[in-house]
Amino acid sequence: MADTANPGTPPAGPETTGHEWDGIAEYNNPLPRWWLYGLYATIIWAFGYWIAYPAWPLVSGYTGGLLGYSQRATVLGEVAAVRRERDARGQAQLASAAVAEIRADPALLRLALATGKAAFGDNCAGCHGSAATGRQGYPNLQDDEWLWGGTAEAIERTIRFGARSGHGEAHVGDMPAFGRDGILTRAEVEAVASYVLSLSGKPGVAGAKPDKGAEVFAGNCAGCHGEAGKGNPEMGAPNLSDAIWLYGSAPEQVVATVTNGRKGVMPAWEGRLDPATIKSLAVYVHSLGGGK
Amino acid sequence: MPLAESTEPRAVAAAPAGRAKKFGTAATRAAIPAVTGSLYAARRKIQPQAVRGTFRWIKWVLLAVALGVYYLVPFLRWHRGAGEPSQAVLLDLDRGRFYVFSIELWPQDVTYVMGLLILAALILFLMNAVAGRIWCGYLCPQTVWTDLFLAVERLIEGDRRERLKLDAAPWSVEKIALRGMKHAIWLMIAWWTGGAWVLYFADAPTLVADLATFQAPPAAYTAILILTATTYGLAGHMREQVCTYMCPWPRIQAALTDEHALNILYRDDRGEPRNSAKKSALLRAAGQPAGDCVDCFACVTACPAGIDIRDGLQMDCIQCGLCVDACDAVMMRLGRPTGLIGYDTEANRRSRASGGGPVSRIVRPRTVLYAALVAGVGGFMLYSLLTRSFTALSVLHDRNPQFVILSDGSVRNGFTLRIVNKRPVERRFALSVEGLPESRVEVVGGVPDALPVPSDATQEFRVLVFVPPGAPAASAPLAFRITDPATGETAGAQDYFKAP
Repeated sequence: MADTANPGTPPAGPETTGHEWDGIAEYNNPLPRWWLYGLYATIIWAFGYWIAYPAWPLVSGYTGGLLGYSQRATVLGEVAAVRRERDARGQAQLASAAVAEIRADPALLRLALATGKAAFGDNCAGCHGSAATGRQGYPNLQDDEWLWGGTAEAIERTIRFGARSGHGEAHVGDMPAFGRDGILTRAEVEAVASYVLSLSGKPGVAGAKPDKGAEVFAGNCAGCHGEAGKGNPEMGAPNLSDAIWLYGSAPEQVVATVTNGRKGVMPAWEGRLDPATIKSLAVYVHSLGGGK
Repeated sequence: MPLAESTEPRAVAAAPAGRAKKFGTAATRAAIPAVTGSLYAARRKIQPQAVRGTFRWIKWVLLAVALGVYYLVPFLRWHRGAGEPSQAVLLDLDRGRFYVFSIELWPQDVTYVMGLLILAALILFLMNAVAGRIWCGYLCPQTVWTDLFLAVERLIEGDRRERLKLDAAPWSVEKIALRGMKHAIWLMIAWWTGGAWVLYFADAPTLVADLATFQAPPAAYTAILILTATTYGLAGHMREQVCTYMCPWPRIQAALTDEHALNILYRDDRGEPRNSAKKSALLRAAGQPAGDCVDCFACVTACPAGIDIRDGLQMDCIQCGLCVDACDAVMMRLGRPTGLIGYDTEANRRSRASGGGPVSRIVRPRTVLYAALVAGVGGFMLYSLLTRSFTALSVLHDRNPQFVILSDGSVRNGFTLRIVNKRPVERRFALSVEGLPESRVEVVGGVPDALPVPSDATQEFRVLVFVPPGAPAASAPLAFRITDPATGETAGAQDYFKAP
């Protein structure tokens, strides 16, 4: 040993691994040999894993592995299992029960609400919003104003056949374009708009005559909206005396509505959704809070 | 030593003269003997000698109690009422309930499990500060099962001497028969260990019948197989290797012990200089110093960890006390006082060496602190367990929409309420709203006066709160309260009523 700098320094304690950093050396406390074999075993295991499972990326794709394992297939299998489980737990019952029966049975009701909530997000939220609060021209389903009736049965019917959807059973109701088609003059439109706004205590169009408006209303609007403007769900005619305005309550918005008429369309869902889903949707929408 | 020759010149070059002044002489030490042996050591098989004595007796009793508890507790019954499991200790993972006699824990009570773990750690610290590795030596499953497997081995193959002979003997019908029987019994014990484990997770009598008729769930068989393999491997083959190489506790223990902690120690002041019994007698007769240790290696052959306790406190020592029994037996035969190896403290040893009397300090800052923490954590957990509620309510305000204006101008808020019923009976709760005098409450699919919640379950309700036009000008706090009219138990939750 070339101990020229420190001749005679005795090695202290057991032997070291032979490395030294700033005077600190590491003792050689041998690891058990089985530990080393454990390391080799994990390496061999890795080779087995590469062969059995998807492992290596290729130019376009990857090595599939002998076991044919695929996370996607696993998920599809799980989805199918959930479907079977759902059917077993009453999804089939939902299809055969009437909405009233569903609402009377707490277990079925819970199932329908969960199903309806998911289906609403998939099918209805596009127009009515994720919270069913709607927006201008698309009714808010949270409140208690219903164009075509707010019972669970009426809601189910609306979902099945839609409104002005072209389906034979669909709700039909036409509001004429009073101004555009020349049925009413501009002054009459402004007057009737002001009268309608006054029903719920709102300010009308500046300079218009609500008295004249009442006359116009009785002659042109009361047929569908009723004498007092309370609306008629048979015709899809909304209540004009309350706090809810589908097309806006600003005077110019009401004038635009009377001038051009309104013909909102809701598609028919029968045939596109299965009966269990439609009933679940009806129960769910009814449960949002505004159901009659 | 080619490695040494290649590294040392560099070490020398890197050690200029100024370094000694700056870092001390150690910094200049370049004579690093390089590794000559292997970096990996083959296992040295240990064949411990049977001993008799106080510690062996204590260990037998603890072994019987620990195994008895482990194997029999799943079969204890505990009546909880109809529809509830009747097993005293049951970890029902499917339903998310832990049952321990009269206590039933829900997933949200997992803090108790955390508290138990903290308590376990603190008790381990306390034991360590008072009397070393009590856990390792007497209570750890690794120690208990290894002891059991060793007893089986001794029963079939004989004591140390016979086993060493058998190891060295060539394969014969007798050797195969002995080895085969030993491994068969080991496997049976191991299988039974796994079998008892799964009984904690399902109704034990039912599961035993299912297991016997091959109708139990695959998870049960898998768990039994895995635990059979680990028990057989760890207690039959790995033994002291588990304690030395796999368990972190030896390293932690080294940091926790101090000079006043009792540990199994060899009293070198009494034992040295060690000599044969005959030579010691001669030396003593001649008035020369002679230690009590007769260098008979009884302590070494008795040690299940394969160490020499006379080398002092060491990491591999699990402090099982078997060397104490072995040494005491020899001392008694020689007519010398027992206790050459025994529970002792470093401070005591030093005091004796300098001629002082015995030193004993069990009350020290660390033992007091550990004991106080154990008492504090344990007391807090007990208090919270005894005063915990069996009824709870949580509220979630609708995020979207936050409020709805109705046709008459009134405002509606929607909430999701979850009622927790931890009692084993179905209960009906009356719901009321506090803080909004003019409000009206509706429950979708129910009536606020009687909300049914099944036994030992939670139930969600959708609740609508209506406020007439203009009643709260702005958002206002409100509180929900549920009350069980039958028992008067009640729970509340705060939230807000949002207005336009």
